[in-house]
Amino acid sequence: MTSKPTLNLFEQQAANRRKTWWLVAGFLLFFLWLGLGGDLALWLATKDMVAPAGEAVYRHSFPWGGTVLGLAAFFLTMDVLRNGGRRVVKQVGAEPLINPQTDQERQLLNVVEEMSIAAGLPMPTVYVVPEADPNAFVTGTKPGEAHLAVTTGLLEVLNRDELQAVVAHEMGHVKNEDTRLMTIIAGLGGAILLVRDLMIRTTFHRRGGSRREGKGGNPLVVIVLVVWVLSWILAPVIIRLMAMAVSRGREYLADAMAAQFTRNPAALADALAKIESHHAPTTSISNGVAHLCIVDPTGRIANERQGRWSDIFATHPPMAIRVSRLRAMAFQASKRDGS
Amino acid sequence: MGGDADWRRPPYLFTVPHPENAVIVPAIILVVVGVWLMSAYNGLIALRNQAANALKQIDVQLKRRHDLIPNLISSVQAAMDFEKDTLQAVIAARNSAIQASAGFDPQHVKQVAAAETQLTGALGKFMAVVEAYPDLKATANVKSLQEELSSTENKVGFARQLYNDTATLYNTKQQQFPTNLVAGMAGASIAELWEIEDAAERAVPKVEFRRGA
Repeated sequence: MTSKPTLNLFEQQAANRRKTWWLVAGFLLFFLWLGLGGDLALWLATKDMVAPAGEAVYRHSFPWGGTVLGLAAFFLTMDVLRNGGRRVVKQVGAEPLINPQTDQERQLLNVVEEMSIAAGLPMPTVYVVPEADPNAFVTGTKPGEAHLAVTTGLLEVLNRDELQAVVAHEMGHVKNEDTRLMTIIAGLGGAILLVRDLMIRTTFHRRGGSRREGKGGNPLVVIVLVVWVLSWILAPVIIRLMAMAVSRGREYLADAMAAQFTRNPAALADALAKIESHHAPTTSISNGVAHLCIVDPTGRIANERQGRWSDIFATHPPMAIRVSRLRAMAFQASKRDGS
Repeated sequence: MGGDADWRRPPYLFTVPHPENAVIVPAIILVVVGVWLMSAYNGLIALRNQAANALKQIDVQLKRRHDLIPNLISSVQAAMDFEKDTLQAVIAARNSAIQASAGFDPQHVKQVAAAETQLTGALGKFMAVVEAYPDLKATANVKSLQEELSSTENKVGFARQLYNDTATLYNTKQQQFPTNLVAGMAGASIAELWEIEDAAERAVPKVEFRRGA
């Protein structure tokens, strides 16, 4: 990771976009390989087979494996995209904030409206989660239909500028359509797990039956097959690693977007530090939305350390790096204004 | 490849071994250029509409600010009749801002911006005066109005920021090569930025302590 501390916020945004683009492309390629690798091996094995007289030989000319995996991913993703947002909010036990009663609630609505203006997005539906742990998250797979939830703990702990910065981070997720991206990635990952289970079951069934192999065939077929089977064995770990890497990239991007919307990166840095120090174990916010929260609600140790290996399974980048990047943006801005 | 007549051929840079390539290659180039033209043109149009929409958003927020001011004045008037100048300044600035915003379009950004800057300055001074009266500040009504006012100020500021960001993007796009080749076709023109001209808005409002003892 080459994090240059001198990048201004627009440069950081561009760098983040490039990085996540490559990650997503890699993820899709891996998915394609899982789907089509077996088809490739079968095609290679059967394309040159000579049919014995009077018999038809099966030639694998249509990628059935890839099609099955693709369809599974499509339907899983569509279901979540259709009604995932509302489901998550309901599951967390959040109350929609329609008629603000207290000054605090009015302020929250004002701040959200300010940030949706800054982002050029429609106003999201705002929810308050009765929860002491300061946190916030956003769901909804269309920019016009976002659901933004904050905990009561967050309202207690932060001042107006810091609350604004946190809301701006969440609006950054909406603007980048991160919910949709992460939903699609989750859908692809889910499809891989589903098909993998299916395959394990059917291969064990077939064990007793006819296994015609050992025709001494093409070594290329064997190599493709072995690599492909290995990929499937390692798939759960690999997709999780890649999904988390994408998620961390999007966190940095949302931080940089928040800096653009508020033009006050120092406020987000302060907010992150405060949230970190007031951290309490959460009960209502589940793992499913962890990647859309302002900080990881499960409070994994990984987020506090910054090592090569501790953070590869984390949804969020190490807090210290996030804060230092934001401070760098603030420094850049102050240098420009001060001249 | 015959090979027997090679010595007679002039050394062309591009030989055409397959005559059908003479059609396919230019066709591909034409399609690529066409697709690029379309996307550059559409990109400029999209940016122009985004800038126009962002400008409209400023207008919406300005109207909201104008509507808020009478409420604000009436709720503090009784307690603040010794600060008549400040209140009068706010009212006068509001009225001229409303007049200026009647002709609100991209060509008149400057006039509207100037009038609104006046109003922002007057409101800033007013807020600072309210800060100086703790009992006034403590009133629940004034407190919530203060939040409304600062939020409205923020909304105007953020709408302006979005407009300036979008307009800058639009201006840069239409001047940069190669998009500038399409700019004329897309009817692109430089969008005026919403600048703060008045030094008063940048300065911190001065608080005058003229408390009736």
